[in-house]
Formats: sequence, C-alpha cells, structure tokens
Amino acid sequence: MGSDFSEALNFLPSLQGYGSLLLLGLWRTVFIAMFSFGFGLVIGLSLAIISISSGRGLQFAIGTFTTLARALPELILILLLYYAFSDAISWGLAQLGFGHVGLDGIQTAIIVLALVSGAYSTEVFRAAIAGVPKGMVEAGESVGMGKLTCFRRIIFPVMLPMALPGLSNVWLMVVKGTSLVSIVGVTELALAAQQGASATKAYFTVYFAALILYLILALLSLRLLHHLELYLRRGQVAV
Amino acid sequence: MNWFWLPDFGVQLLQGLGITLFVFVVSVVAGFALAIPLAVAQIKGGWIAKNCAKSFCVGFRGTPLLLQLFLIYYGVGSIFASHPWLGATAPWLIRLDAIWYVLLAFTLNFAAHEAETLRGGLLTVPHGELEAAGSFGFSSFQILFRLWLPSAVLRITPVLANDVIAQLKSTPIAFTVPVVDLMAVAHKVMQDRLLIYEPLLLVGVAYLVMSFIVLRLFSFLERLKPQIWQA
Repeated sequence: MGSDFSEALNFLPSLQGYGSLLLLGLWRTVFIAMFSFGFGLVIGLSLAIISISSGRGLQFAIGTFTTLARALPELILILLLYYAFSDAISWGLAQLGFGHVGLDGIQTAIIVLALVSGAYSTEVFRAAIAGVPKGMVEAGESVGMGKLTCFRRIIFPVMLPMALPGLSNVWLMVVKGTSLVSIVGVTELALAAQQGASATKAYFTVYFAALILYLILALLSLRLLHHLELYLRRGQVAV
Repeated sequence: MNWFWLPDFGVQLLQGLGITLFVFVVSVVAGFALAIPLAVAQIKGGWIAKNCAKSFCVGFRGTPLLLQLFLIYYGVGSIFASHPWLGATAPWLIRLDAIWYVLLAFTLNFAAHEAETLRGGLLTVPHGELEAAGSFGFSSFQILFRLWLPSAVLRITPVLANDVIAQLKSTPIAFTVPVVDLMAVAHKVMQDRLLIYEPLLLVGVAYLVMSFIVLRLFSFLERLKPQIWQA
C-alpha cells in the first residue's frame, strides 16, 4: 500500500495512528480474497467440467461436495476445515520427516476459502456451461474441432460472460468471508479493526472506518467486474 | 471421536438452539417487514427516499455482517459509555442484553438483502394488474398490500428461500458477542473439553437439519401458488 495514502489516513485524529494498521489489514484481506477466489475459480471450473463430462459416481461425489459446502454455515466450515487442514498438513509433513511444520494462518485461510468459493463457483460454471446453445458446439464439431478446441474456442468464451454475474456474487461472498478468518486469529481487516478498536477505545470510529474500507473494496471490484462483463460481451446483441 | 460430553451439555445445547432459532425467526420476520418500505421507497419514492434506501442497501450488502455486528454492539455501546447523560436519561438502554444488538444487526442486514430481492419481485408484477386495481378504486395502500406485494412475493419464492437460508447460515456469527447461541455452546465445549471436531460437527448437522426444514416449508409455500402459475 502506498505510504502517502496511509499517512493521509493517519491524519484522521480519531483513528489515533491505527489507520495504517487498518490499511495493512485491507491489503491482507485483498490478498487472501484474491488468492482464494482465484484458486476457487480453478477448482470450480475443473469440477464443473469433470461433473458434466463424467459418469454418475463422480457427478454424485461432486454434487455432495458442493451441496455440503453451500449448506453449512461458512463460519463452521471455516473453523472445521481450518483445524482439519492444519492438523492434516502438519501430520503429513511430520510423516515425511520435516518435523513439526504448520501452515501459517493466511495460507490455511486461503485454502479453506478457496474450497468454499470453489463449491459455489462449480455451480455457477455448471449453469453457465449448460446455457451455451447446443447448436454452437455442434457447429464447431461439424468443422472438425476436437473436444479441447471446442471448449477453448466456443464453450469457454460464450459461457464466461454468462457466468460473470454469478462469479461476482461469489467474489463478494469471499471478500465478506475473509472477515470470518479473523476468528481463527488471521490478522486481516476485521481483526486489525478489533485490535485498533480495543487499543484506542474509539470503537465506533475504528469499526466504521473498517466498514467503509470493505465497502470501497466491494464497490470498486463490482465496478471492475461490470466493465469486464461488458468487455466480454462485446459484439453480442443486447438481450 | 469422543461424544461423552453430550449429556453434560445437553440442556445448554438445547437452550443455545432456542436462542439461535429466536435470532433467526425474529430477524427474518422483522427484516422482511423493514424490507417492504425499503423496496417500495426505491421504486416509488422521491429522490431523497430513493437514495436513502439505496445507500442503506448497498452499505449493508457490501460489508461483512461480522463487522456490522461489532459496530452496532461495541460501537454503539461505547457511545453510551462516553456520554454518561445517555445512561442517566435512559438507564434501560445501556442495560440491554447483547441479544438485542444481535437482533438489530441481523434484522438490518436481512432487510437490506431482502429489499433488493423484493424490489426485483415488485418490478416483475405487470403494470396492468395494478392499474386495474386502481381503476376499481383501490387506494394505493390497498393496492400495495392486497395485490402488488402478494403477487411479488409469490413470484420470488425461490430467491426468498435462498435469502432465508443464507440468513440461517449467518446466525452462528452471533457467538462473537456475548450471546449464548448454539455455536457459543459448541465453542464452550471446545474449550472445556479440548475437543475440536465433535462439537463443530454437531452444530453443522444441526444447521443442515434446520436448512432442510426451511426448504420444506418453502416447498409447501410453493404449492400454495395459484395453479395457473405452476406451468
């Protein structure tokens, strides 16, 4: 984060110097959200393709995963997976002879949020791929495109603008979900706000400043995603 | 897996479940009631009402509920503490339990989400229906509550079900302030008995069951729709 900007926030006397802590928290929040959303996209697209192109068994397994991940409260999922992952990974590393190495909080938070957002984006991608007109795919096959080419040149570019509104919902959910990892002690914006609030005793001001930062992040990223959708839809006839 | 703690905490778990359900039901009902004026203001209101309702919705939908709850519980609480005359004039105000702040935060949050859904529903109702009612001498109040709103709600039941489930799923956030809901009891078990997975799994299953019941209620509501719409 630019230091000019954080100094400017420090001038807000009521934040009593905690403005820079909040900005560091915001940076962490953006970092966690971007990585987990990105991994979530990879998980979602792969699971959607696998479940569309494979047999009953895999379809059922993927369906169970996405349903469970979407039906359980995020807070409980984050706590469960957080402990399960740090246990499993430190156990695995110990088996391999690395001694006791744990993942740090941010890495675990990214994995957990990636799994949750992956479940949501699987459903978004699945619906979007199903929305690609069959004629387009058949047209591609009739000119001799292979399965992969067909996906890369036809299904993917047609389905992406349809998936974007759903994906921006998932993105917002991830941004808001990052606040929940503060409960397991990851210092992002929500925990930075708690620390700042309890240190300055200016609870209202600090929490309000943190909320404004979240709001700016949400509005800016929604604006960006909207422009991205317009760009991806270029040349399409408005519905 | 160690489940020996279950009998010791049975009563507390049930009480916690009661609190969770109380928060859920009250915030959904009150939030829906609040969403009606918010949605109508966005469609029919003047410039000021429209923009106030809009910014309320954007603000509450774009920020995490956890921090909204902190702002309302700790933030408003600290304002009471720093203005002693407030406590002197309204002593009941500072003695409010945390649950009232939770209810306020959850209600406002649900209202903001629901107003958006409801606005979409209200806009899909054909204008002719409303004009017909107006030409029969319905007042605008009657049109809203006899026709516009019921028709809109019936059109958006699937989205409504999603919103209500999402609200149910955010109730465990209440445990971050001193409210002893189901999640808080589970957290107490985690700390007292040094367990991690069992209490969390129990709460998870409880939430799955609750979501299932809510979904069944909505599919029952779906069946109440006029037959002509079901095609």
